[in-house]
Amino acid sequence: MGLLSDPNRRRALTNLLTRLNTPLCLVCYVAGVAWFMGLAFEPFTLRTYMSENAMGSTMVEEKFGAGERALAAGREFAAHKKKAGGMPVDWLVKAMQSRGLEVFTQSFSRTLPFPDENKERYMVRGTNVYGILRAPRAPRTEALVLSAPCSPGSSNNQAVGLLLGLAQYFRGQVYWAKDIIFLVNEHDLIGMQAWLEGYHHTNTTGMSWTPLQGRAGSIQAALSLELSTDVITSLDLVLEGLNGQLPNLDLANLFYAFCQKIGVLCTIQGKLQRNDWDTASGYNHAVQTMLLMVLKQASGRPWGDHGLFLRYHIEAASVRGINSFRQYKTDATTVGRLLEGMFRKLNNLLERLHQSYFFYLLPSLSRFVSIGYYMPAFSLLALILLLRSLTSAHALDLWVQLGTPAAGTEDGLAEVEQVSSPGVLSVLTPVVISHLTGVALYTLPVLSQETAVEHFPVSETEAVVLTAIAIYTAGLALPHNTHRVLSGEGTEQGWRVLKLVAVLYLAVLLGCTALINFSLGFILALTLVPVAAFVTPHVPRVLCAFLMVLLSPGCTLLLCVFVYQELQEAPVSLLEGWNLFLSVISQGILDHSLYGSLLYPLLSLLVYPCWLLLWNILFWK
Amino acid sequence: MAAYRYSVVLLAFALLVCDSTRATPKSDEGDTAEKTKSDIADDIAPVEDVHTQKSDAVSQTQAGRTPNPETPESMQKESLRQWEATEINVDTNADVQGDEEAPDRRDAEATDSVPPPPPPKDQFQEELVIRPLQSGDIYASFQFRTRWDTDFFQQGKKVAHYRLFPKSLGQVITKFSLRELHISFTQGYWRTMQWGQPFLSAPPGAELWVWFQDTVTDVDGAWKELTNVLSGIFCASLNFIDSTNTVQPSASFKPLGVGNVTDQRFLRYAVLPREIVCTENLTPWKKLLPCGSKAGLAVLLKSEKLFHSSFHSQSVHIRPVCQDWQCTSTAWELRQTLGVVFDMHTSGQSRREWSLFKMFSRTLTEACPLASSSKVYVDITDNSQGELFDLTPATPTLSQAVVLGDRRTYSVYDLTTPEPFGTLRSLNILLKWKTTEAADMLRPLLHGERYVAGYGLQTGEIHTLIYNNHPYRAFPVLLLEMVPWYLRLYIHTLTVASKSRENKPSYIHYQPSKDRLRPHLLEMLVQLPPNSVTEVTVQFERALLKWTEYTPDPNHGFYVGSSVISALVPSVVAMDTNSTKEHPLFSSFFPCKEESAYFVRVYTEPLLVNLPTPDFSMPYNVICLTCTVVAVGYGSLYNLLTRTFQVEEPSPGLAKRLANVIRWLRGVPPL
Repeated sequence: MGLLSDPNRRRALTNLLTRLNTPLCLVCYVAGVAWFMGLAFEPFTLRTYMSENAMGSTMVEEKFGAGERALAAGREFAAHKKKAGGMPVDWLVKAMQSRGLEVFTQSFSRTLPFPDENKERYMVRGTNVYGILRAPRAPRTEALVLSAPCSPGSSNNQAVGLLLGLAQYFRGQVYWAKDIIFLVNEHDLIGMQAWLEGYHHTNTTGMSWTPLQGRAGSIQAALSLELSTDVITSLDLVLEGLNGQLPNLDLANLFYAFCQKIGVLCTIQGKLQRNDWDTASGYNHAVQTMLLMVLKQASGRPWGDHGLFLRYHIEAASVRGINSFRQYKTDATTVGRLLEGMFRKLNNLLERLHQSYFFYLLPSLSRFVSIGYYMPAFSLLALILLLRSLTSAHALDLWVQLGTPAAGTEDGLAEVEQVSSPGVLSVLTPVVISHLTGVALYTLPVLSQETAVEHFPVSETEAVVLTAIAIYTAGLALPHNTHRVLSGEGTEQGWRVLKLVAVLYLAVLLGCTALINFSLGFILALTLVPVAAFVTPHVPRVLCAFLMVLLSPGCTLLLCVFVYQELQEAPVSLLEGWNLFLSVISQGILDHSLYGSLLYPLLSLLVYPCWLLLWNILFWK
Repeated sequence: MAAYRYSVVLLAFALLVCDSTRATPKSDEGDTAEKTKSDIADDIAPVEDVHTQKSDAVSQTQAGRTPNPETPESMQKESLRQWEATEINVDTNADVQGDEEAPDRRDAEATDSVPPPPPPKDQFQEELVIRPLQSGDIYASFQFRTRWDTDFFQQGKKVAHYRLFPKSLGQVITKFSLRELHISFTQGYWRTMQWGQPFLSAPPGAELWVWFQDTVTDVDGAWKELTNVLSGIFCASLNFIDSTNTVQPSASFKPLGVGNVTDQRFLRYAVLPREIVCTENLTPWKKLLPCGSKAGLAVLLKSEKLFHSSFHSQSVHIRPVCQDWQCTSTAWELRQTLGVVFDMHTSGQSRREWSLFKMFSRTLTEACPLASSSKVYVDITDNSQGELFDLTPATPTLSQAVVLGDRRTYSVYDLTTPEPFGTLRSLNILLKWKTTEAADMLRPLLHGERYVAGYGLQTGEIHTLIYNNHPYRAFPVLLLEMVPWYLRLYIHTLTVASKSRENKPSYIHYQPSKDRLRPHLLEMLVQLPPNSVTEVTVQFERALLKWTEYTPDPNHGFYVGSSVISALVPSVVAMDTNSTKEHPLFSSFFPCKEESAYFVRVYTEPLLVNLPTPDFSMPYNVICLTCTVVAVGYGSLYNLLTRTFQVEEPSPGLAKRLANVIRWLRGVPPL
């Protein structure tokens, strides 16, 4: 307090801050990155533990033993699927009914905004089949969900078989306190979205579906099962959901605990756990796992069928069986026992899963980084923006004036007017124009696909993606056009005000993003903060322009694609990477319109205009 | 829950329960038993019961008993032939009486029996109905009925001597001036789509509704005290009933007994959807029976089996009924019912076979000696030729009844006679299914469903779906919704739609809630078009509770009780075009009154709604603390930044001030 109340000391402090600003910013950046990389170092992380009492100490003895029969049911399902050329609805209804479930179906249809070339679908029409196991003496208030997608081709038949096997086994047990819904959804995420919207009677994405006939109260937790082989070597847990939402950490803990108990190899991000954290390769492994999680979370798309549950405050995860041809083999019975154990523990829940963390990063399944540990990494980066805004303001005599005796008599309003009067128009114009570009980037690609297809020899998907890239690139020409709109020359004051606005805008934007989706906020901060911190009209333009384009949101996305492929141990060539980049853009746009993913509007409506403001500063005349 | 359950109230009223020892067969067992048996021996006249509820209005005919029990096949055929004769008898002679609530039919034999000797002042009947359900499950419904020709409210005469009627309840009736009392404890939800309609429906949890006498002045006070007393008697958390979950329905709950007081001021209705029902509720319930669980059908009520089922519901109904035909004076009827559904899959071990022993781990050896009638009915309607299941031991006695608008046929085992027990001296009814295929889901004529729509913790929407599966008849239903105050209903968003067209209710009674005082009450009369789904939706906002108002497990969610759908449903008997096969033409042209419509009450599932819940854990405290610190810090910082500082003159010393005062008095300028 004394530091700030004393005018002399305050001046000294501001002088110190302005003089040491650049070194401080550099230190902050390095410290932020170092902190982030340190998160994967095992001694700095916490060991996972089960927080929920109801799932912790109770003993469960798994007795499921009908794995072979489940696989046979899976084969039967495969045969009927092939015959029906899609979801064998009638067979599935009969199969579930004979296992003593209340069976219902839901049909849905959806026309995509443009054809999805990855999954080769445009007009989607399908049927979900679900059976409800009613718990004895339970009043239909709570439910658990086990789902298996009915994928095209020969994949995932074993999952449906195991689901039916588990349904039959669960039906004979007396201990259920919650209804269990066994769901087979067609067209993976689209079917799941239709079912969830039908169950909660909401319509967020304009899909048409028939209303559900049977319900089982509020869903407490859900597991999605994906198995494609009879014999699997390891089980992979997928947590990342829509918009970077994660389920409660206890769900991951539960999975890990049962994997340990039953002796199944379990992975996260497809990576096994290693114990040699003190070696370089061990640390490297942990960093890779964590980075994969960060990249997946930042993408904001659901990475499994579970991802859509999270919007409804239902804790959900996907369990994926992987056959990596290791020596160690696990059969369907073991997977069934694992699921049985998990469901019995979830059945014991007295409250919703809420005890453990909702915000975390996992460098391995047994270690986690909680929000309290990873937030400083971002804060250090965000601090740079605040420091820079301080110096900009200082240069404008905005903040420091308060300390000087001369300005002490003036009231704040007059100061702002005096300072910003040369550049109200010069600041407002770029802000408006860059946002209009953002709006164009958001709306035009989908709207103009037909025109593009008519005039260019491209498919709809290509048209959308290429239009997006074209608008994005056209935005780079903005500074010149902005100046044409402006009446006079931009002043020194003008760009400083613009920079102050841009930097504060970015700080607020990144801060909010990081609170919702830390990974996205951090990745954006990593690339945008240096740009925002050091861009002025007085730096060498060509070099800086090149660097800025490299660090723009679009190129960040491209870079992320390459890094992701590298981390997945499936490196791609430049051309493949570019194609992948194009498909990522189309997927992003589709995710937005199909499931309500927010990454595309965030990038096009907010982050890109913000970056354009900085681009404007570089070309300030 | 246990902590609440064994509340202080329980202790206080344990005395009352202990006090209520009645003339059980323990004390004068031999005497009473012999007397009752001899009574029954020479009293063949059936009990006249005018005002019984529709659901168990049984028209019973005794077919001639075949002398040779070795040939069940021929026996069945013979008895089949005999029904027809009796059925004509019933249809032509049936003297339809009773009020609208519960139209009833008189016993067929009553007309041609000799004038009965005066019945005893109180009597006890017990019966068990076993209904094999289409899903392969089995429904067992016990009914125990105690009737006492007395008047609790006679001026200057206190009822002190109790024989069969439980004293604890009699005292409650007297003390609180009750007209009717209906209480039910249910664990589980009745699956209408699989099991059809129950004989007596009840919502999950505890339900209590009471009509007070119109002499009661402080109804709310009496209600509060009554719930506490009942809480002690039934060992349940009924003491959690207070003004926030009590309503006075205007139309849905009419008195079931005699008397036509319909002023809702004397009615109180409450539901506790969270109540968990277990053995501790069953034991006090059994103690109300004259034979306890020592003899008669009640020996089957073993908690380890009853609570190993899909559905369990027990209830107590007290109401005044007519004593005789002229209805000059009233009698009190106590009806204790217990319904249980056993699951085929979990307890049948995939063999579709049922027996009394398998269900209850007991067999029947005798009737309750105090009972004037003790019967076991098995529903064999769908099994007229024995194509679905085998029933052993076969019984020659058959009975027909119109239950819930459907004509049902029952095999009857009369436990007061020695025949059913056979040579082993025990009756173990065995039901062996012949088919193994599970049936499709039913389409009950009336069916309700409810759920919460939407996501997030701010707003939501309650959807109530009412299905009318009747192919051509529209009928009105009364819908009652009771929603706690912490879901703030936006009543302007109330929509009622059938077949995607607006369906304007002809009657709406809405009582808005008051925070922390009373719940929302919404009653409406809706006409359901034939073969339709009517959807009633209303949006709500979730209130923020005070932190002490959260339950100890706030993340579990908050319960909203079932909504109640009451309706007069057109009967399926009238719908049945094949009835001419079984009945003579002249008897079936005009549908009989009691067959044209029947009363049904359907309960929807309760809801579990999440409210915005603060994180009652360390981070929450940390956030609160940090916010406080930041607020204090920011406040002082802001203060420092906005305030201008001036050098202040040091204040003059005391001597100087004194001198100034003196100078001011003198009129000289100060120093």
